[in-house]
Amino acid sequence: MNDIAWIDAAFTAARPQALGALLRYFRDLDTAEEAFQDACLRALDSWPRNGPPRDPVAWLILVGRNAALDGVRRRNRLESLPDEEALSDLGDAESDMAERLDGSHYRDDILRLLFICCHPDLPSTQQIALALRIVSGLSVKQIARAFLVGESAMEQRITRAKARVSAAAVPFETPGAVERAERLSAVAAMIYLIFNEGYSANAVVDRGRAPLCDEAIRLARLLLRLFPAEPEIMGLAALMLLQHARTPARADAEGNAVLLEDQDRSLWNRPMIVEGLALIDKAMRHRRPGPYQVQAAIAALHARAQQAADTDWAQIDRLYATLERLQPSPVVTLNRAVAVSKLRGAAEALAMIEPLAPRLSGYFFFFGARGAFLHQLGRTEEAREAFNRAIALANTPAEAAHIRMHLDRLVADVQSG
Amino acid sequence: MLYAILCYDHEDAIGAWTKEEEAAVMGRLSVVQEVLSRQGRLGPVARLVPTTAATTVRKAQDPVVLDGPFAETKEQLLGFFVVECADLEEAIETAKDLARANAPGGSYEVRPIALFKPGQIQTEGAAG
Repeated sequence: MNDIAWIDAAFTAARPQALGALLRYFRDLDTAEEAFQDACLRALDSWPRNGPPRDPVAWLILVGRNAALDGVRRRNRLESLPDEEALSDLGDAESDMAERLDGSHYRDDILRLLFICCHPDLPSTQQIALALRIVSGLSVKQIARAFLVGESAMEQRITRAKARVSAAAVPFETPGAVERAERLSAVAAMIYLIFNEGYSANAVVDRGRAPLCDEAIRLARLLLRLFPAEPEIMGLAALMLLQHARTPARADAEGNAVLLEDQDRSLWNRPMIVEGLALIDKAMRHRRPGPYQVQAAIAALHARAQQAADTDWAQIDRLYATLERLQPSPVVTLNRAVAVSKLRGAAEALAMIEPLAPRLSGYFFFFGARGAFLHQLGRTEEAREAFNRAIALANTPAEAAHIRMHLDRLVADVQSG
Repeated sequence: MLYAILCYDHEDAIGAWTKEEEAAVMGRLSVVQEVLSRQGRLGPVARLVPTTAATTVRKAQDPVVLDGPFAETKEQLLGFFVVECADLEEAIETAKDLARANAPGGSYEVRPIALFKPGQIQTEGAAG
C-alpha cells in the first residue's frame, strides 16, 4: 500500500470523530470542514516523513483546531501558534489532553454530525447525499456517480442541503437520554436509506452504486461502537451485512438479476455472513425485538441455509408475522406471502395478497409475486396479465428483464405441458 | 520457543481500505506466512471479526455479560499468528517481516507463549 492509500484510509476513519469535535469547537460546519481539510493537508506533508501518529484522530483535531484558530489570529494580527511540527509526534501528555477534550464528548459529537444530516426538512436523497459528503467524506464526484446525476447538479444539491442545515439550529447542548434515543433512531433510518440506495435493483447492473452499501455498513459499525448495547443498531448492522454478502451472486455474467433461490451460495461473502450472524446472535440476547432485528433474523435464516431447499420457511413465516405486528405494512405482508407459498402453497399465498391489491396497485413487486403465484397454480392467462402489469411498473430495465424471464418460463411451461 | 504475534491497529482505518488494498495487504502477508510454513514454524493464524461483534463476560460467581470488547482502546486486537522462533531476536525479525508486508500504522506485539495446546479443530477459513 503506498503512502497515499493508507493515509487516505486513516483520514476516512478519523473523519467522523475529528470533524464532529471540530464542529463542536467552532459551531459552524464550514469552519469545521475547512479546519479538517487543513489538518489533512498538513498530515500529507508530515506523516510520510515522520510516520503515522499513534493517535491520528487526536493529531487531526489538534492540528485542525490550531490551523483554524491560527487563521482567526492572523486575521486579528495576533501571535501565531506553534506549527504542526511541534505536534507531529504527539506525546502521551498531548494525547491525554486530546482525550480529555474529546473522550467525554466524542459519542455525542459523532451522533450530532450524523443527526444534522437527518434534518426532517430535507428529502431523503438530500439527507443521504449530505451524510456521504460530510460524514463519509466522499467526493461530490463519487456521490454524483452513485446517484447517476451530473457532478454540478449534485454539487448544487449538497450546497442547498448544507444551507438548509446551517440555517436550522444545530443542537449543540449535550442531549438527554430521550433525545439521544430519538437521534439514534433517525440516524439508523438514514443509514438504512443509504444502504438501500446502493442495494436497489440498479446495483445489480451498476456497480457504481455498490460503494453506498459498504459506506452504510461502515457507518453502522461506527454507530455500534458508540452504542455497543443497542440491539436495534446490532440488528441494522447485521441486516446490511447479511444482505450485502449476497451481492456477488445477485447478478449473472450478463448483469441479469438472479433470484435468491437460484443464487450460487458459494459466491456469498463468508466474512460478512460470519459478522452478521455474530451481531444478530448478540442482539437477540437482549430480548428487545425491533424491525431491524427481525429483518436481520430473516436474512440470517437465508444465510444459514446451505442450499435454497434447506431454508427454514416456517421460521421465516413466524418472523414476518412478528414484523407485521411491529411495523404493519402491505409490503411486509407481501413478503410473508412468499414464505407462505413455500410452506402451504400458492393458493393460500394468493389469498393473503388479494386484499393488498388496492394499496399496492402501483407496486412492481406485487404484480411480480402475484404472477408467480398464479403461474404456480396453472392460471396461465392471469399470470401473464400480472407479469405484464409488473413490466409496465418496472423502475429499471433490470426489473423488467427479470419479469420477462418469468414470462419466458411461463411460455416454456405452457409449451411443455 | 513459541511466540504469539498479535496484530493491533485502528479497526476503522482497516475498514476503510478498498477491496484492492485489502487484497494487496493479504497477498503480501501470505507470502511471509508461506516462508514460515515452509520452515515448519507457523502455528495457528486467526483474523478476528471487528470488535463491534465482541461480547465480554466478566469473571465472577455469577458472570456478567457485556456487549463490546473487553476494553475500549484506540487500537484493537485484529488477529494473531503463533510462530516457532529460536529466540526473541528471531521473533522480532518475523514481526518485522509482517510489519513490512502490512500497511503503515498499528503494531505487532510479540508475546512468548507459556502454554500451548494445538487443539483438534481442523476447519480452514471463516466459521459460521
